[in-house]
Amino acid sequence: MTNRRRPRGPDVHELSIAQSVVEAVEKELENQPGALLRKIGLRIGELSGVDADSLRFSWECLTRETGFEGVALAIETRAWQRRCPPCELIFAVSDFQTVCPQCGTQETEHAGGNELDIAYLELETP
Amino acid sequence: MTQIPVERKVLGENDRIAAALREEFRRRGIFCLNLISSPGAGKTLLLERTLEGFAPGRRVAVLTGDIQTDNDARRLARYGFPVQQITTAGACHLDARMVERHLANWDLGSIGLLLIENVGNLVCPTSYDLGEDAKVVILSVAEGDDKPLKYPGIFHRAELLVLSKIDLLPYVPFDIAAARDNARKVNPAIEIVEVSSTTGAGLDSWLAWLDRRAVH
Repeated sequence: MTNRRRPRGPDVHELSIAQSVVEAVEKELENQPGALLRKIGLRIGELSGVDADSLRFSWECLTRETGFEGVALAIETRAWQRRCPPCELIFAVSDFQTVCPQCGTQETEHAGGNELDIAYLELETP
Repeated sequence: MTQIPVERKVLGENDRIAAALREEFRRRGIFCLNLISSPGAGKTLLLERTLEGFAPGRRVAVLTGDIQTDNDARRLARYGFPVQQITTAGACHLDARMVERHLANWDLGSIGLLLIENVGNLVCPTSYDLGEDAKVVILSVAEGDDKPLKYPGIFHRAELLVLSKIDLLPYVPFDIAAARDNARKVNPAIEIVEVSSTTGAGLDSWLAWLDRRAVH
C-alpha cells in the first residue's frame, strides 16, 4: 500500500477527498497486518459538498497502478436531517422544509447530513 | 472476507490540525473568520474596505488563498497590516495544514483578528475546517438568488451571509428578498448583511457584525 502517487496538476475537490481516504485507510490498515483490502464503505451526507460520482471517478484515477487499485468504494449517502426538541422526532429534510412535520415547531436542530466518514473496511485476512 | 467497522472521518487529519489551531486561537484571544464565495463575488474588495477603515494600530492579519498569483496579497498589503498569500498550486480550497504552515511565519501574539480569504469556490472549501470561529459566505447580486439552494452546504455552515455588490441591483435581475428567503431555508439561524464595497453602502453593518461576533 506504500506505492502512492501524488496527484499532479489541476485538482478537483473530490481528488483531494480521495487522497484523504487513502491516507485515513492506510492508518487503519496499520492495525491489520497482512490483510488484503477489498472494499471501503463510506458515508457521505447530502450537505457534505462531496459528489459521489466525482469521488468514484477521482478514486479510480488516483489509485490506478497503486496498491489501492481495484479496491471498491461503497458509498452510502445520508439525507439532511433535523431533530425536533419538543417531540424528539428526527426527520429527513425534503424541499428545504426544516419545520417539524409532526408538531409544526420551527426551531428544529441540525441532526445529520454533513457526514464524510469511513464506516467500514472489507478485508481478506490471511 | 471480513468487514470491520471503522468510524473514522475522511478529513480526520485536517480536523485534528484545525482543532489545534482553534485551541491556539482561543488561548491567544485571536478571533478568526473564514471567508468563502465563488470567484469574483468581492471577497478581496470587501477586505480592502475593511482594512482601510481600521485604525493603524489594529491587531489584524490576513491570509489570502488563490490557485495562482499573489495579486490579492499585493492589493491587501497596501493597508499596512500583515498579509500572506497562500498559493495552492491547483487545489480548489485551503486546508488547515496550509494555514498552520503560513501562521508559523508570524508572531501570533501580535494578532487579535485573523481574516482568511479562501480560494474562490462555493463547494470545495465547505468541507475543510481551518480552525475558524465562524464561516462567512459572500454572494454577489451579479450571481443567482437561488445560489443558497444550489449550494446548501456552505450556506448551512456559515454564520453570516454578506450580499455584496448591491450597487448593481438596478441592473441585474437579482431578487434580494428571494435570496434572503433561500438562505434562511437552508440555515434558519444565518445572519444577513447587504453591502456595496464600491459605494460603501452597508459596510457599517458588516463591521458591526464583526465587532459584535468577535467579543463572544
